[in-house]
Amino acid sequence: MVKWSDFERAAIQDIFSKIDYDVVGRAAFSRCLIVYPWTQRYFGSFGNLYNAAAITSNPKVAAHGKVIMAGLEKALTNMDDIKTTYKDLSVLHSEKLQVDPDNFNLLGDCLTIVVAGQMGAAFTPEVQGAFQKFLAVVVASLRKQYY
Amino acid sequence: KMSLTAKDKETVKAFWAKVAPKAEDIGQDALSRMLVVYPQTKTYFSHWKDMSPGSAPVKKHGATVMGGVAEAVAKIDDLTAGLLSLSELHAFTLRVDPANFKILAHNILVVFAIKFPSDFTPEVHVAVDKFLAALARALSEKYR
Repeated sequence: MVKWSDFERAAIQDIFSKIDYDVVGRAAFSRCLIVYPWTQRYFGSFGNLYNAAAITSNPKVAAHGKVIMAGLEKALTNMDDIKTTYKDLSVLHSEKLQVDPDNFNLLGDCLTIVVAGQMGAAFTPEVQGAFQKFLAVVVASLRKQYY
Repeated sequence: KMSLTAKDKETVKAFWAKVAPKAEDIGQDALSRMLVVYPQTKTYFSHWKDMSPGSAPVKKHGATVMGGVAEAVAKIDDLTAGLLSLSELHAFTLRVDPANFKILAHNILVVFAIKFPSDFTPEVHVAVDKFLAALARALSEKYR
């Protein structure tokens, strides 16, 4: 079981209470598709992902950004047992979607960068540490059912 | 090996021109974040009296690091040749595990996002990410 300090809990809750889920989900996911274009392999049905402009204006990308944020919300509201909360999501990603789990870290990095841009100076080194720890636990939980 | 295109180089130089006036600040912030968020990196600085964000050694070293980045921007057309002596320094004297270059790069990107939110677009992000990766490769050249 992961131990969260009071500071970490507060910092993570604070971030999620301040960010606009639709904006962040869409921005982080499109950034991932742009910066790490091989991740587009999982989204063949999304239509035009030909360049950055197409990706950022693609409605399926925006919609999927919301799906991702909803998944993170689940982790946020079950911080003390993300592993169990994510059991089905992990099976989904490993068996049905067959996503290379290294991609989770790529999306995580994009999320960190987008949240940093949104929060500005409030995203201090310590807050960044808490957020990245949260993402690390999310990624580990998503990887759990892969073997 | 994902080489820099002419467009990448143009994008990096244009973005660098915008951020260069704040280079020391950026370096200090990125280094502070690395030491806090990735505490294993502190092992390289055990000789410092103070590793906390904003401390004198962190400020000084942040400026040093960004000086290196500036040099790399200037030598963007041949990073391997341009960063030869820095590579020797990192390989033989400092012996920094090259995995850490990626960690520092990530924190530099975070600082760019915070300080230049409208300039650090996805297009700029990918070019700068590629550049920092190429820089890291050039720094690793002499390792073995």
